[in-house]
Amino acid sequence: MSETDDKHAVPDMPDTTGTITMEVARFRPDRESEPSWDSYDVPLRKEWAVLDGLNHIKDQLDGTLSYRWSCRMGICGSCGMTVNGEPKLTCSTFLTDYAPGPVRVEPLANFPVIRDLVVDIEDFMAKLPTVKPWLVSGDEEPAEDSEYRQTPAEMDDYRRYSMCINCMLCYSACPVYALDPDFIGPAAIALAQRYNLDSRDEGNEDRRDVLASAEGVWACTFVGECSVACPKDVDPAGAIQRYKLTAATQAVKDLLLPRGAR
Amino acid sequence: MTTADRRYHHPVSFTWWARKPSYLLFVLRELSSVFVAWFVVYLLLLVAAVSSGNESYQGFLEWSSHPLMIALNVIAFAFVLLHAVTWFGLAPKAIVLRLGSWRVPPNLILAAHYGAWLVISVAVAWVILR
Ligand code: SF4
Ligand code: FES
Repeated sequence: MSETDDKHAVPDMPDTTGTITMEVARFRPDRESEPSWDSYDVPLRKEWAVLDGLNHIKDQLDGTLSYRWSCRMGICGSCGMTVNGEPKLTCSTFLTDYAPGPVRVEPLANFPVIRDLVVDIEDFMAKLPTVKPWLVSGDEEPAEDSEYRQTPAEMDDYRRYSMCINCMLCYSACPVYALDPDFIGPAAIALAQRYNLDSRDEGNEDRRDVLASAEGVWACTFVGECSVACPKDVDPAGAIQRYKLTAATQAVKDLLLPRGAR
Repeated sequence: MTTADRRYHHPVSFTWWARKPSYLLFVLRELSSVFVAWFVVYLLLLVAAVSSGNESYQGFLEWSSHPLMIALNVIAFAFVLLHAVTWFGLAPKAIVLRLGSWRVPPNLILAAHYGAWLVISVAVAWVILR
């Protein structure tokens, strides 16, 4: 079978419409004190995501390139990088959308860079548990075979926020987080709301101190870029604004009502 | 840990706010609070002038019609408008209203805000211009 015979194109020789240049930020702490750029020409294939381009570089051109990825299907949240200035999941961002190129790939902004495209996510990992993103139950222990029932309408209250995959694109898009690294951040607040709005949860009070603090929702000035960046349509900006109202209402109630009536 | 921090921290560039329109809008909105404060001061000065007699009120009017004051107030008005419009844009995100099982659509909440603004503005205009 000849290679020019389209009808019988061999699977590992897919449609290639030339090449595209990928400019990749490199940072090798053992060799340099600042990031630099390396350019690679990779095949431009219509089914190739930016991550496929990086994999091609690592497999064929330069095995020293470091980056994170796992699922290749937009669910593990580990492949977030800055593509042409915007935070993106590289497994769901296609090279053809950037043709003729070049495509610039940098690590996620607002996080310290460990190496090449790998960032240190420790800050987010430390903040996340402070909002108790799990079901807090008031009872001691649920009875042996009891179940927590929930209607579809009750589930709709928080479903959107439960879609978060912890990819941190929202942190990368947020100028408030860039300027004030203590800001607890979009995803942590959206995840707190995912549980606050769950009919089975009783943890609202436990989360309040962190959420209603100066480094919580009140640090947010509604830039809205987190919701633009979010690949899962979580709308963290909406979650934050909604909690601002909750926090404000609660504060007024605390002031005006006697304990029992709150 | 004894090893030095070898991570690279990107400095926040001085012009970060110029990178995206939404960042610029955010900075302008932050700035608008200064003008909101100015309008409060201006209103208080007006009230003070009115309450201390016709002469001081005339003085206030004269001061206000100075070109620089007009320019300042036009700019301040633009910023206050920006503040109000972006604030209203945020409202439907913060307010989730349920009537029974019906969730009031965000656009209706937004429209209600503009409606209330219109009604109050007309009422104020009626009181002043009557
Ligand atoms: S809210 Fe969206 S952008 Fe932020 S971590 Fe979750 S999925 Fe990613
Ligand atoms: S590799 Fe898992 S989200 Fe991209």
